[in-house]
Amino acid sequence: MDNSEGYAIELRRIVKRFPGVVANDGIDLKVHRGEIHCLLGENGAGKTTLMRVLYGLYRPDEGEIILNGQPVQMTSPRAALNHHIGMVHQHFRLVPTLSVEENIVLGLDEGTGPFMNFRKTREKISAIADDYGLSVDLQTKVWQLAVGQQQRVEILKALYRKVDILIMDEPTSVLTPQEVDQLFTTLRTLVDDGLTIIFITHKLEEVMQVSNRVTVLRKGKVVATLLTAETDKPTLARLMVGREVVFRLKKSPMEQREKLLEVNDLHALNDRGLPVLRGVSFDLFGGEILGVAGVSGNGQSELAEVLTGLRKSTKGRVFLAKKEVTNCSAREITDLNVAHIPAERIRMGIVPALSIRENLILKKYRRPSFSRREFLNNKEVEENAQRAMSDYQIAAPSYETPAKLLSGGNIQRVILARELSENPSLIVAVHPTYGLDIGATEQVRQVLLAQRERGAATLLISEDLEEIMTLSDRIMVLFNGEVMGILDAESADIEKIGLMMSGTRRKGEEL
Amino acid sequence: MKSRVGFKVERRPIASGRVVLFVSLLAILAAFVVAGIFFQIYGVSAIRAYQLILRGSLGSRFGLTETVRRAIPLLLCGVGLTIAFRALFWNIGAEGQLLMGAVAAAGIALFSGLPGPLLLPAMFIGGFIGGAAWGLIPAILKVMLGLNDVITTLMMNYIAIYFVEWLIHGPWKGPSVRGFAYTDTFPRAAWLPTIYGTRIHWPTLVLGLVLAVVMYIMVTRTRSGFEIRVIGENPDAARFAGISQLKTTLIVMLISGGFAGLAGMGEIAGIHLRLLGPTHISMGYGYTAIIVAWLARRNPLAVIVTSLLFGVIMTGGDVIKVSLGLPFQLINVFNGLILFFLIGSEILLRYRISFLLRR
Repeated sequence: MDNSEGYAIELRRIVKRFPGVVANDGIDLKVHRGEIHCLLGENGAGKTTLMRVLYGLYRPDEGEIILNGQPVQMTSPRAALNHHIGMVHQHFRLVPTLSVEENIVLGLDEGTGPFMNFRKTREKISAIADDYGLSVDLQTKVWQLAVGQQQRVEILKALYRKVDILIMDEPTSVLTPQEVDQLFTTLRTLVDDGLTIIFITHKLEEVMQVSNRVTVLRKGKVVATLLTAETDKPTLARLMVGREVVFRLKKSPMEQREKLLEVNDLHALNDRGLPVLRGVSFDLFGGEILGVAGVSGNGQSELAEVLTGLRKSTKGRVFLAKKEVTNCSAREITDLNVAHIPAERIRMGIVPALSIRENLILKKYRRPSFSRREFLNNKEVEENAQRAMSDYQIAAPSYETPAKLLSGGNIQRVILARELSENPSLIVAVHPTYGLDIGATEQVRQVLLAQRERGAATLLISEDLEEIMTLSDRIMVLFNGEVMGILDAESADIEKIGLMMSGTRRKGEEL
Repeated sequence: MKSRVGFKVERRPIASGRVVLFVSLLAILAAFVVAGIFFQIYGVSAIRAYQLILRGSLGSRFGLTETVRRAIPLLLCGVGLTIAFRALFWNIGAEGQLLMGAVAAAGIALFSGLPGPLLLPAMFIGGFIGGAAWGLIPAILKVMLGLNDVITTLMMNYIAIYFVEWLIHGPWKGPSVRGFAYTDTFPRAAWLPTIYGTRIHWPTLVLGLVLAVVMYIMVTRTRSGFEIRVIGENPDAARFAGISQLKTTLIVMLISGGFAGLAGMGEIAGIHLRLLGPTHISMGYGYTAIIVAWLARRNPLAVIVTSLLFGVIMTGGDVIKVSLGLPFQLINVFNGLILFFLIGSEILLRYRISFLLRR
């Protein structure tokens, strides 16, 4: 009772379950009035879920929300707004065809009767905008604004509703560096004025730059709450990705040393046209697993896309078994016997409405065994499905079952069966065990190790540092699209990797 | 203690064939019930109206043949549309593609000077190419420039309609027809044979049935069919699998537009024997075929059944005009209602609603 006065918000033992996952597993969070409090964690750690609980978008299964010492029920975003809590979502909730001021007053009862009084609201908005340096032309249509300006509109929208607590969900993920600086300035002004800000991020740099305190989440639980001034990036990185390597899988030493993949000075742009790979170079050998570590968003997924033909590089060259494959199409890469276990397995890895049998030939239907000229060889397709289901223990009533009815683990087994059954020379595996249960995780890891034993070269991209340390022979750390260094897994420790993940180049690797 | 009836809505994992059939029939029934209200407004008993429609379209030799004749263009257009819809290409332009097929076929019939036995085959090929070319334009616009296929295909219809109007009022206006806006009658060699005593131009009918079967095999058994289904169900996975969106889109619109063009060829070479006003050539077959394809749940084989059903409804339109003196347009109300309930009923395929008695 004594100190609850100092907290703007107190969340107690919040539990939120979704089918198959516990997104928030008994989370306690205390946010002081007038601070910027970062919620740090990898994708899927439960940050956004927790904030959606606070904002009334989700009802928690257990736990309570305490505001000013009083427990409250957040039944809807409107309830949250009534308690002066606002949220700026990662993907903005604006109506592109309406003007800025229309967006700001949307849903509010301003003016008299059915008529809006835009002169009055305009004055009010301008006053707020001036106070906080949020300049934006009120009569411009939202679709004409740059992303950074749209975000300002979202903030204005919240301020206009007189929020005391502002939740920002990964606000920098869509911004340019200049816009990020502006945003931070604005946030500091807001806090000076007495607002409380909860800032969701997975970027360590931002935590250090902007926050007063930071709470680290991992797999739905709070790992630690720290004063930002008393911590540093490597510590945060370690907390975020895990503590110790719990177990090491049995691994025979590498034998073959045939260079299978050579990447030279690779550059590429992300979906927004900004540089995301800046001169990545590495070699990958047969019988080796090269783990790629890094905080997400530092170029890992784009690297996988470039190597599998899904994204064009802007500079640099890629050789596969001494043959140049720079900017080959996805089909050409597949035909060179490259396996790709994609990050978003439901969005890219399978066709949910098609059967297991058909999903198993998704990338291979043109092989002579599955189709002659135009016609599919149904007998072979069925036998392939039968084989795959028993080899990879895919649990389903029959191979005619649509893939969308399978659990995450079984979907991943379908993908593994399809990608790995033809002994690929190169495997690009992205978050291969993300979100899977322990059994499926174990199976995926064993399968990858078996492929390594066989002589395949594997590029393993994962946010789970334990997984990388467990499986890899060497570990490459990416930061901001650059290679911070490549370590032998034997000599790598989590401290060193944490440092590199936060942008410190490995000693001796500077120019 | 009050007892009340509640209901529970759950996601249906997958709709079985029986459920799909049941829900489709339910939608048609609902459309008939609501359309019945319109008959009542006109002072005609709905039951009597439906009796007359059924008897008029299926109960006599003449009615039956009219039903089949109307089903032919619906069959051709509908089969093509199932393919386009499978690849998520929303071709609303079968009407225009049908007209352009008719234009191409008419041009060959009137001006090619080909010898008799070659004329009809050339008209079939020309009809296909005319419709396909018209369908490929929006396909290219979509893949290259990202233009919305619904809008482009729809607008292309109007261009085709006014192009036909211009032809029959202008350069192609028949010298021997004295001021009427249509072309001269085609030479005899350009007439499609019909089943004796009917207007059923059987070569087109046979072609439609064969194409329905061929397309069914293509969708289920071939590489291209697999590519079409993957693109339609999950475009991201298609990209991941290296399937070319450009190639697939062009193929589906070649088929969809080409089949509509064949339908247009059949109408002018089998029935009208000349190119005439667009509303006379088609009577909205290209639009009705959208409903035909949708009711068939994008299955080319099922189009054989659904095109016949709409043949019945269109012939029923004649019946209500002749026997009841009601406007023919009433059947457009029918068509609209069926599509409306059909799309509305999709929710029943995805969710199961069970009623329960609560106490």
